[in-house]
Amino acid sequence: MHNKTLSEISSGLRNGDFSSEEITRHFLNRINQLDPQFNSFIAVTEEQAIQQARQADKMISAGETQALLGVPFAHKDIFCTEGVLTTSGSKMLENFISPYDSTVAANLKRAGAVNLGKTNMDEFAMGSSNETSFFGPVKNPWDVTRVPGGSSGGSAAAVAARLAPAATATDTGGSIRQPASLCGVTGLKPTYGRISRWGMIAFASSLDQAGPITQTAEDAALMLNSMAGFDPKDSTSVDQPVPDYRANLNDSLKGLTIGLPKEYFASGLDPKLENIIQEAISEYQRLGATVKEVSLPNSSLSVPVYYVIAPAECSTNLSRFDGVRYGYRCAEPINLEDMYTRTRSEGFGDEVKRRILIGTYVLSSGFYDAYYIQAQKTRRLIQQDFVNAFEQVDVLMAPTSPSPAFKFDEKTADPLTMYLEDIYTIGVNLAGLPGISIPAGQLDGLPVGLQIIGNYFSESKLLNVAHQYQQVTGWHKAQPID
Amino acid sequence: MSIDSKEIEKLADLARLKFDQEQLGEVTDRIASVLDFIDQLHQTETQAIEPMAHPMDAVQRLRADKVTESNQREKYQQVAPATENGLYLVPKVIE
Repeated sequence: MHNKTLSEISSGLRNGDFSSEEITRHFLNRINQLDPQFNSFIAVTEEQAIQQARQADKMISAGETQALLGVPFAHKDIFCTEGVLTTSGSKMLENFISPYDSTVAANLKRAGAVNLGKTNMDEFAMGSSNETSFFGPVKNPWDVTRVPGGSSGGSAAAVAARLAPAATATDTGGSIRQPASLCGVTGLKPTYGRISRWGMIAFASSLDQAGPITQTAEDAALMLNSMAGFDPKDSTSVDQPVPDYRANLNDSLKGLTIGLPKEYFASGLDPKLENIIQEAISEYQRLGATVKEVSLPNSSLSVPVYYVIAPAECSTNLSRFDGVRYGYRCAEPINLEDMYTRTRSEGFGDEVKRRILIGTYVLSSGFYDAYYIQAQKTRRLIQQDFVNAFEQVDVLMAPTSPSPAFKFDEKTADPLTMYLEDIYTIGVNLAGLPGISIPAGQLDGLPVGLQIIGNYFSESKLLNVAHQYQQVTGWHKAQPID
Repeated sequence: MSIDSKEIEKLADLARLKFDQEQLGEVTDRIASVLDFIDQLHQTETQAIEPMAHPMDAVQRLRADKVTESNQREKYQQVAPATENGLYLVPKVIE
């Protein structure tokens, strides 16, 4: 039953093949049995899930037919969910029971989807390996000695191990696409502003974007249909109608022009991994697409730009954690200053503190123009490169990540090696574009993801391009465990 | 460009963070290596470029000045470390 896709579960429920309570219990049992070896969940919301499932079953027998009604899924623990533990992977929020629902949580609740629990993540989404979580690292279901990627490592691992048919996730510099790639699942980061950020614990507000992690592009379309939409509570939410993202999945790819950014295929890319990407591109040529080389001349600056802008925004956003209104407070503070300082020093992990310091530095008087403004200007150059490329091609294709899943501790000694893990994904966030990672092969038994990048609000096109590949290949069906 | 542990201590103070002497060396080294890395931004000519704060150059949307939320103080204060009579408690500020 757990091998079914979200879409198959959706039709099974409406055909009466099984009830929501049955399938929900099946996944809950599977989580209880198998997750101790992966650590992909921080909290399992068994009681609420059963309640929601029973409610959904009643509605289904009353003739209601919404696509996600009664369908189980998991939330990344960055989304505030009312009455449920919401930690953002941090000791700072170890005991935080959210008093309200994020818009994403409310949207999925309204659609009737059943929340199985909250998935593990890098602390405040700052990491590319899940090793910064206060709740311990997630292990990659393909090889438990390797990382699942990050920051949405719990969501990606849970979907890969079929502990949930889908999960919500967020992507600030690659945090949906890179773990999807490393765990062999499909991960969609929509256009900036497509999904509301309200109630999604903020990391870097001009880059953060929510999206789904699923087995297939079709399932991602189904999730996006409910997650997307204008929200007046998010000042950067974009007021654009939400189409049915499944409507164009079966469009032919004849005449599609694929751009290959030459900088993404330059030295530094493992030739064996490049072969896998080239093979996927050949598959697209057989489907009727043509290929063209394009250039993103400023792409080498995307990682340094990101490591100015993201820490700057994080240092601002995380100033709210002061031990006054919610979250951790240190024991027996002697005065207000002591309370702030010890609360933050004890509540935040090492990587979060480093990023706060870098952010404080680049925003401080005397360095603001040299770093922060310079980074924002360079950000525009990077965006302009993409705008120019999309004048020539429909989509861009590239690897998602420079290597498959790496070993624990392999990249923790030097922060820069970890930061370079996101070299192919960060530019997309800086430009605000949508991108998807789909399984496209394996290297030494580990999954490799193909990244497809689209123009603004071209999610339907991206999902169509991904879905057509999944009609003629089987990589998305490969599973690490039965 | 490099940064020393004195400057890190000053930044930490601004950010209300504290490191013991043992941690300070490692934090300084790691931050210095990140700052050296981001220094390559200075090689690019950007004089005529407008800084970009939002991917679509959107500006802050305004809304009508109307009350839209109900008072849920009690609910929201349930998650606070310490409250009394609807107020947040902090260590004494004025003697």
